Amino acid sequence: MNTSYKPAIHFHEVDYGVEDASILSKITGSFPKGRITTLVGPSGAGKTTLLKLCNGLISPQAGEIYIQGKNINEFAPVELRKSVGMALQSAPMVAGTVMNNLGLPLEIRGEKLSEEDGINLLHDVGLNEDVLNKKVKDLSGGQRQKVSIARTLVNRPDILLLDEITSSLDVTSLKEIEELIVKINQKYGTTIIWITHNLQQALTIGNYTWVMMKGKVIETGESELLESPVNEQVRRFVKGETE
Amino acid sequence: MSFLTLSITLIFVLIPILLSKTLRLGLEKDTIIATVRSIIQLLAVGYILKFVFDSESLFYIFLMVTLMIVVATHNAQKKGAAIKGITWKVGVTLVFVEVLTQGILIGFNITPPTAQYVISISGMIIGNSMVLAILFLNRFTAEVDDHQDEMELILSLGGTPKQAIHSQLIKSIKASMIPTIESQKTVGLVQLPGMMSGQIIAGADPIQAVQFQLLIIFLLLTTAAVTSVMLGFLSYPTLFNDRMQLLRGK
Repeated sequence: MNTSYKPAIHFHEVDYGVEDASILSKITGSFPKGRITTLVGPSGAGKTTLLKLCNGLISPQAGEIYIQGKNINEFAPVELRKSVGMALQSAPMVAGTVMNNLGLPLEIRGEKLSEEDGINLLHDVGLNEDVLNKKVKDLSGGQRQKVSIARTLVNRPDILLLDEITSSLDVTSLKEIEELIVKINQKYGTTIIWITHNLQQALTIGNYTWVMMKGKVIETGESELLESPVNEQVRRFVKGETE
Repeated sequence: MSFLTLSITLIFVLIPILLSKTLRLGLEKDTIIATVRSIIQLLAVGYILKFVFDSESLFYIFLMVTLMIVVATHNAQKKGAAIKGITWKVGVTLVFVEVLTQGILIGFNITPPTAQYVISISGMIIGNSMVLAILFLNRFTAEVDDHQDEMELILSLGGTPKQAIHSQLIKSIKASMIPTIESQKTVGLVQLPGMMSGQIIAGADPIQAVQFQLLIIFLLLTTAAVTSVMLGFLSYPTLFNDRMQLLRGK
């Protein structure tokens, strides 16, 4: 992988498991700062677990994780999670309106989101201002994902973790969200780590890619590696011979 | 009532057994076991109470109340087995509710500190508190299981465990308190409470029986609120670790 970029996140020999089951094993590698790295691999490879480790929602049993050069354990959990934002595939929402959800990160620290800032956030993610007072249960899948991303942006994270955020979207919404993520990356220099099952998306949007299988990183490099993988397992995965 | 008269009331046990047999409900054995257990348990309690009331010993009163709390704790903690340290949490809650309510009753000279009053009222308080604890723990564990995504969302945005679980905690507290409040809205209209009916049957003045029943109703409101809130606030921190992570394996 190109080493001219400083690592935003670095893993060193990271292990994670639940009870006796190993989920991640000896993960070592970096996500370059200010770039888009995609995580691809079959279901059960440990990709979501890897993202949760970056956000501090779980901790490894062994190994070290460094965020912007600092050991993750030296961060206060609240500070870490403000600078490493996360958007999930299910785009969970708290009950109420879009405004309630956009205001959640500020409400957590006793502040209030102004209506003007709420509208600006919606514009940033390509939504109209009339969505602001809509109930979240009335949103479409695409709108929900966009609100989820906008909500994550309220904290102005340096690193954005995206977990299959386009997997259930129609082609139009998918393109809009891809453009949005590229825009966020270019406008704010935000480091993006994006789990996707869409290999074409990984090739066109991502600068770098990690291919994971059964809790291990099998191959990493510039996204073009997906066109001509070195590893036999990755070659079979790219051809669709494994799920 | 003589034992002969009491034995005639077994007709009320025969009716469900016959119905169960006819409709093949398969409840005959359970009905018989329940009947035998209630006869043995209540008769034993009757004789124990008679002994304690006659002795008027503070030690026996304390022993009886302690036994009630131990049994109630054992029963309620099963519903929250996934919560670390649930036994002592339920136990502390029941002790606090008992001390608070008896403290007010005796402190303000509302009821005398005799075995007759302390044990009877404690039975109602601890029994109600146990049911409340079971209702709360049932709902709380279900809420936490069903809303992990929401809780992790708030944590992932930089929220504290208290903020992450606030909605589930409030819903569980409210859900466990509602039956007590609702049943008290219709008291006297739909059902006559057992204690009040018992006093009236025993020949007490109905107005005095009502006064005592009101006392119990007010007590049970406090019991419901304090049990749910205290158990909730004792329980939720054990679902997280010091890195503000939601612990798995509930």
